Amino acid sequence: MAEATTQARTPTLADRIVAATPGDCRLEMCIQCGTCGGSCPSGANMEHTPRALFALINAGMEEQVLSSNTPWYCVSCYYCTVRCPQEIHITDLMYTIKRLSIQEGKYRKSTASDAPGFSQDFIFFVENFGRSFELGIAAAYNLRYHPLGLPKMAPMAFGMVRKNRMGFLPTRIKGIAGLKAILAKAKELEGQI
Amino acid sequence: MKYAYYPGCSVEKNAAAYHNSTMAISAPLGLELEEIEDWNCCGATEYFSINRLAAYSLVARNLALSEKQCGKIDLVAPCSACFLNLSKVDAHLQEDHSLAEKVNLSLAEAGLHYNSGSVKSRHLLEVIMDDIGLEAVKAHVTKPLQGLRIAPYYGCMIVRPGYLGKYDNTEYPMSLDRMMNAIGATVVDFPLKAACCGGHMTQLNQDIALDMIRILLQNAVDNQADVIVTLCPMCQLNLDAYQGDVNRHFKTKFHMPILYFTQMLGLAYGMDAKTLGIGKELVDARQALSKIGVEVPPEEPAVKKRPPKEALPMPKMPEEAQP
Amino acid sequence: MTQEPRVGVYICHCGSNIAGTVDVADVAKWAGELPNVVVSRDYKFMCSSPGQEMIGKDIQEKGLNRVVVASCSPHLHEPTFRNACARAGLNPYLFEMANIREQDSWVTLDKVEATKKAKALVSAAVYRVAFQKPLESLFVPIDPNVLVVGGGITGIQAALEIADSGNHVYLVEREPSLGGHMAQFDKTFPTLDCSACILTPKMYNVGHHKNVTLYTWSEVEKVDGYVGNFTVTIRKRARYIDEPVCTGCGVCQEKCPKKVIDDVFEFGLGYRKAVYTPFPQAVPNTPVIDRPNCIFFQKGTCKACEKFCPTGAIKFDQQDEIITVKVGNIILATGYDLFDARRIPQYGYGKLANVFTSLEFERLTNASGPTGGKVFLRDGVTVPKRVAIVHCVGSRDKNYNNYCSSICCMQSLKFAHLAKEKTGAEVFNFYIDIRTPGKAYDEFYQKVLDEGTHFIRGRVASVTDTPQSPEEVGKLIIQAEDTLIGKQRRIPVDMVILSAGLQARADSKEVAIKFGISCSADQWFIEKHPKLDPVATMTDGVLIAGACQGPKDIPASVAQGSAAAARVLSIIGQGEIEIEAATAIVDETSCVGCKECIPSCPYQSIEFLADKQIAHVIEALCKGCGTCVGTCLSKSISLRHFTDEQLVAEMIGAMQTMKLFEAVEVA
Repeated sequence: MAEATTQARTPTLADRIVAATPGDCRLEMCIQCGTCGGSCPSGANMEHTPRALFALINAGMEEQVLSSNTPWYCVSCYYCTVRCPQEIHITDLMYTIKRLSIQEGKYRKSTASDAPGFSQDFIFFVENFGRSFELGIAAAYNLRYHPLGLPKMAPMAFGMVRKNRMGFLPTRIKGIAGLKAILAKAKELEGQI
Repeated sequence: MKYAYYPGCSVEKNAAAYHNSTMAISAPLGLELEEIEDWNCCGATEYFSINRLAAYSLVARNLALSEKQCGKIDLVAPCSACFLNLSKVDAHLQEDHSLAEKVNLSLAEAGLHYNSGSVKSRHLLEVIMDDIGLEAVKAHVTKPLQGLRIAPYYGCMIVRPGYLGKYDNTEYPMSLDRMMNAIGATVVDFPLKAACCGGHMTQLNQDIALDMIRILLQNAVDNQADVIVTLCPMCQLNLDAYQGDVNRHFKTKFHMPILYFTQMLGLAYGMDAKTLGIGKELVDARQALSKIGVEVPPEEPAVKKRPPKEALPMPKMPEEAQP
Repeated sequence: MTQEPRVGVYICHCGSNIAGTVDVADVAKWAGELPNVVVSRDYKFMCSSPGQEMIGKDIQEKGLNRVVVASCSPHLHEPTFRNACARAGLNPYLFEMANIREQDSWVTLDKVEATKKAKALVSAAVYRVAFQKPLESLFVPIDPNVLVVGGGITGIQAALEIADSGNHVYLVEREPSLGGHMAQFDKTFPTLDCSACILTPKMYNVGHHKNVTLYTWSEVEKVDGYVGNFTVTIRKRARYIDEPVCTGCGVCQEKCPKKVIDDVFEFGLGYRKAVYTPFPQAVPNTPVIDRPNCIFFQKGTCKACEKFCPTGAIKFDQQDEIITVKVGNIILATGYDLFDARRIPQYGYGKLANVFTSLEFERLTNASGPTGGKVFLRDGVTVPKRVAIVHCVGSRDKNYNNYCSSICCMQSLKFAHLAKEKTGAEVFNFYIDIRTPGKAYDEFYQKVLDEGTHFIRGRVASVTDTPQSPEEVGKLIIQAEDTLIGKQRRIPVDMVILSAGLQARADSKEVAIKFGISCSADQWFIEKHPKLDPVATMTDGVLIAGACQGPKDIPASVAQGSAAAARVLSIIGQGEIEIEAATAIVDETSCVGCKECIPSCPYQSIEFLADKQIAHVIEALCKGCGTCVGTCLSKSISLRHFTDEQLVAEMIGAMQTMKLFEAVEVA
């Protein structure tokens, strides 16, 4: 943000999102051109394109922003970020909105309400073993959210097993205690977001 | 040349072929890769979605371990997402001092410390192209891949967004094209070479994910590729393991093998297919590879359709955009 | 000067520009205690009438013989205050200025430090001014001839205005013909005037004007001198055609067997011969031979042109001519280059056949273009049914050019109209904003809306030929977010036109150096003041006009061409120009004639007097840079108004205020 002086006031939704995003994300520079919405591979399936989401943020419409499925459908392809004519760090902003959405519990109203579940299952294994464990994550996530979809995954899963590309046991790193301590301290220092 | 090596979780099991082929070619290329001991997961695209400082600390542990074990030498990751996370964290720690402070406070709990900017993270492809060089890559070729038509697939995270500086063109990169060309293969034009494979979308929404994969495969088929060559385990998994699902969903008949660029290098260096992990792909590559197993005369270029005499000339493209 | 110095000090508030940060009342009070200071005041706007009159009154009433004003940059108001002193009878060189704005109040928010620095700057000026001596300016005559560089619409306009006044113009153009980019266009917005119809009469007038010497296929090689007295070296490149003998019949072009892609005038979309005029209405209507592509020059055979020329005008042995002209003023009207759309890979220009840039489309619609004015796809035969026009290509984009190119919205509307008129196609314009600020511009937008053009507010993300569904096969697909409905859309079309932005010529930096002016960060030439003096530069005698100063449309370019001409005529009308008196002077008694100073002078203004065996500074050429002063081994050269005595006094004046500043730890 440029060195303009502003009177003190309660932080807006935009202020909070910018503060929680590392580096200079430049959200205030958006001219609503729509390049991000046009470039996004999942843009056609989002409730709000990234541009529309930024307009909602600037309008302070917290409920809609944090319960939108938009950030959960972001695949982190970074097309938006490199094409944005105002050099806004759109993907990094999406990560922030995801975290805020979980922190406020608003993701539950989203049509992508199971998406955080996937991330949380992923993290469970990282935090307890130090490495990701595909079988475990897929099993935990699908059993909880898409149990009926499991049979459809069978052919692919069997293929992976046949080619010996599926690990059946998680790998635990030696320094797992240290990693746990690091992560605990981080959460203590900065809380949820 | 010596580097610290960060394999990443996928390379352990699902992308073992990538790891094995990387190790196989590292000797002739003079790449000394020292694996960081007890590295942990980079968090992929998941950890940043849940908790910021924890995610940065998770990645920073690897940077700290690398600095401690190997000193200030560059850290190489074969997986694009790992490379992205390592470079992103390092860049942000250099930019944001208060974040760096908090990360180091967290790392201190395990007796670790990371000096921002000490360890430069690189992708394996970049290291081979920029540090080893195309001439050296070419020098070890004993069995050029003549007759094999390759669609080089970069995916997103190696070329975008470039936290520590852009590597190659963000929309239409050419480095992998040049490498495959140098080992004798025919590189086809692949307009979607840097388009996204969908990442973890396969878990969240099969319809969107499978369509993204289908479009990529179709583009390669439309350009008469025999094989898609990739540089990221996620891309390989999505295009390979889900190809059957794509066929079932869309009633298509794709049979496009997806291999790693390190496997292609290994084949060109005359190495044994099994060592290189050929055969680990779900969509069998043997049929495509039979093209280079046998002495084949170079393909006659298809008769070019003569443009009508009224046709207007095309603009000339600059040098860097030519293979 | 036997008189004791009596100094008047004036601290300007400059509204709140200075007073908002510097405690001006405190500085004025403090300055009143400095040596030789008789009166010390502060005032809101020193450059205003009351401010200047205040100085005049004090000179009269208080017998001041030195004046210091602490205000803005001397670049801005040194002449103002010098004149104020002169009007009150005080020699203007007994005035000194302290810059407490650009060098102080505008570079810090810290009021305490700013006030301290202001005191240091004022003290330096007060100590210095005591040693200043009265000086007389030199007056040199202005050569009434004018050089205009660039033969596009702006250069043409400037040349005509000056030539009509009776003064002589040398017009230098690097292409074989006058016309510039305007000659490439078909119709011009908003009137849809035929570009050639309104341009060619002016081209004719310039070409036949008794007061214009036209040098086409020529470039300026060197510029020496200063305002009123420039010596310009022009390279008139060999055309290999004897101009007085050539009738412009065109037979050589017809018979030439070598066809070449015309990269310049046809923008790569059409062909010309190795001997060619760029377009049929060229002025002069004399062709040139393109040596690298001429069969005779490359292989020694052919000579068809020579065989068929009815007047024997082909001269293969012609050489470049070096011409030297003397002019008093120079106007640069060198125009713009188009943004290279190949830099944006996702728009497909250069890879996808039916993606065109704006200048390519201009050539398509132009009646003397490669398709005779018909709009076809790249195959030269198919008429497009659906056309997309993309705004803001390479403009308003931090990844490329971070400014608006000013004309592309109107140009895109023009293309929409022309495409529809010529083909009846369905037209889609993809924009971020519609910028139609000029006279009758918005009316043009209304017209295009009325014609049924579709406007989609969304910056185009990509142009691709990769289909995602059967209707997209064989088409070019525009992918963009339609921001007004908030949905991503894929629109299949046959032809895509990219409204590429304007950028400074590729060689602007070199040209700027050659003429002694500067470029901005975007490489456009810098004007003296963006609001109040857009055609002058910081270098007296060199003016800029038209697109080379920044992207603009034809009306604005013409206006600037006229403005530059008016300024030049005003300078010529004054007859002579005042040269700054701060020039170097050689002490004849101590100069040993070692000649070290002569090559050191960047302006070649020192000559060697053979009879006296000493160096001599030609005052009119001297710019007062001081290089010779430092070079002279016998310390025989001094710089008026910047003597050692004055400079040392300035330093002492500043150092006297050191006690105001805290000691700084040096690591």
